[in-house]
Amino acid sequence: MLTTEFMRLAFAAAAIVGVLAPAVGFFLVQRRQSLIGDGIGHVAFAGVAAGILLDVPPALTALVAAVLGGVAIELLRSRGGAAGDQALALVFYTGIALGVVLVAKAGAFNADLFQYLFGSILTVTRGEVALIAVLGAAGIGTVALLYRAFAAVIVDEEGARVAGVPIGTLNVSLAVLAAVTVALAMPVVGVLLVAALMVLPVSAAGQIAWSMRSTLVLSTAIGLGSALLGLTISYYADLPPSGTIVLVAAGAYLVTLALGAARGR
Amino acid sequence: MPLAVELRGVAFGYRPGQRVLEDVDLELGEGEFLAVAGPNGGGKTTLMRIMLGLERPSEGSALLFGEPAHRYAGGRALGYLAQRSSVGGDAPATVREVVSAGRFASRRLLGRLTGEDRSIVADAIERVGLSAVADTPLRTLSGGMQQRGFIAKALAAQPALLVLDEPTTGVDAESQESLAQLLADLHGELGVTIVYVSHEFGAIERFVQRLVLVRRTIVFDGSPHDLPGVWHDPGHVHAHD
Repeated sequence: MLTTEFMRLAFAAAAIVGVLAPAVGFFLVQRRQSLIGDGIGHVAFAGVAAGILLDVPPALTALVAAVLGGVAIELLRSRGGAAGDQALALVFYTGIALGVVLVAKAGAFNADLFQYLFGSILTVTRGEVALIAVLGAAGIGTVALLYRAFAAVIVDEEGARVAGVPIGTLNVSLAVLAAVTVALAMPVVGVLLVAALMVLPVSAAGQIAWSMRSTLVLSTAIGLGSALLGLTISYYADLPPSGTIVLVAAGAYLVTLALGAARGR
Repeated sequence: MPLAVELRGVAFGYRPGQRVLEDVDLELGEGEFLAVAGPNGGGKTTLMRIMLGLERPSEGSALLFGEPAHRYAGGRALGYLAQRSSVGGDAPATVREVVSAGRFASRRLLGRLTGEDRSIVADAIERVGLSAVADTPLRTLSGGMQQRGFIAKALAAQPALLVLDEPTTGVDAESQESLAQLLADLHGELGVTIVYVSHEFGAIERFVQRLVLVRRTIVFDGSPHDLPGVWHDPGHVHAHD
């Protein structure tokens, strides 16, 4: 399986995204912002479409759109209340609608588009893997550096605010991290399934974890395991890798749910 | 005596035209142990939030260690136990993890806990008597123990000012007694400035030097012993609302 270059590259990309997505997703889930990954995915889709239309690498325009969209969503969300919620919906739907219009304009309703929607891990190039590795390492490093600050906010937001923790800055950092993750995970699982890889491993870990730190560590382990196992299964069973990876993560959730129930939690 | 808190002509409303507080003047010296009482809805919690800079007064000024409270960035740590604190997020944060969060301050945005941080955390946990359950998820403990966990978190910050809003809500009498003793020790040994908000005092009353009654404005400020007898009856306070 690993004798071919494209499979080695695929495994490398899957491993990095498998760790990064749940590591960032952990904070989104704890902050009850699970759906932000989906929202950013919608905006990233518009970025892909813009790239196709402008003949610029779509991965790049998707990254730019995701970061801008992520920050916009965070700024709208932080205003709070019903207005904030509706503003979020506005960004989500504008993103996807803009994507559809731009793609049609570019005459690109074809297989190329599918690879961004559902991933195309078997066609990632060395250059893309290098980019995923560099940005992925930066993302994981940022998570490690900001862990304590995020943890303080998760545990007790009001107390953190009084202690002088810059919550607004942290929230924007989290939105940028989520946006970079979405852009990096796009070739692996596609914009439609990105959020699943950010949320499902965290939900699974939550069923069996015994502390906050163990939840984060188990999330990344389950994410990594799902990515590698899903890719392996897809190779031997000739299934689409993105869907298989997410189904494995969903399976992991069901298994941990049963384990947690058996332990009487 | 240097001032920890200084409120001048403070008025506040959550909506335009609303007055939760008005004409509030309050000076709190460093090292004082102040109790704040008053009827529910009388503005006690709002007053705390203004003191800590979580809300800005609509009129007047609020200073915290001499700086405007809403942008206080001074070197003095603040400990705050909000009313009905509970652990955020879904992850099962342990007592130690929750208390460790109290070691986090803005000046150290990045980085890890040092050995010193860990021992301060362990001391705070021991002070509130939770050492035996330090690695148990906080939310699986009883209400009283959870409250003690949050008090340990506030202590771990080694605060110059400790604000506790209704810390004994839902806590049994024994825990109330031990909390009162703990606060008296902190005040006596470390000279921590303490603001204790409650609509009932019980165990704490013999330790506080000064009592402030809040009903939209400050209606009494003095020693608990000088409190006119009628005010000891909460019914009186409500009757005038």
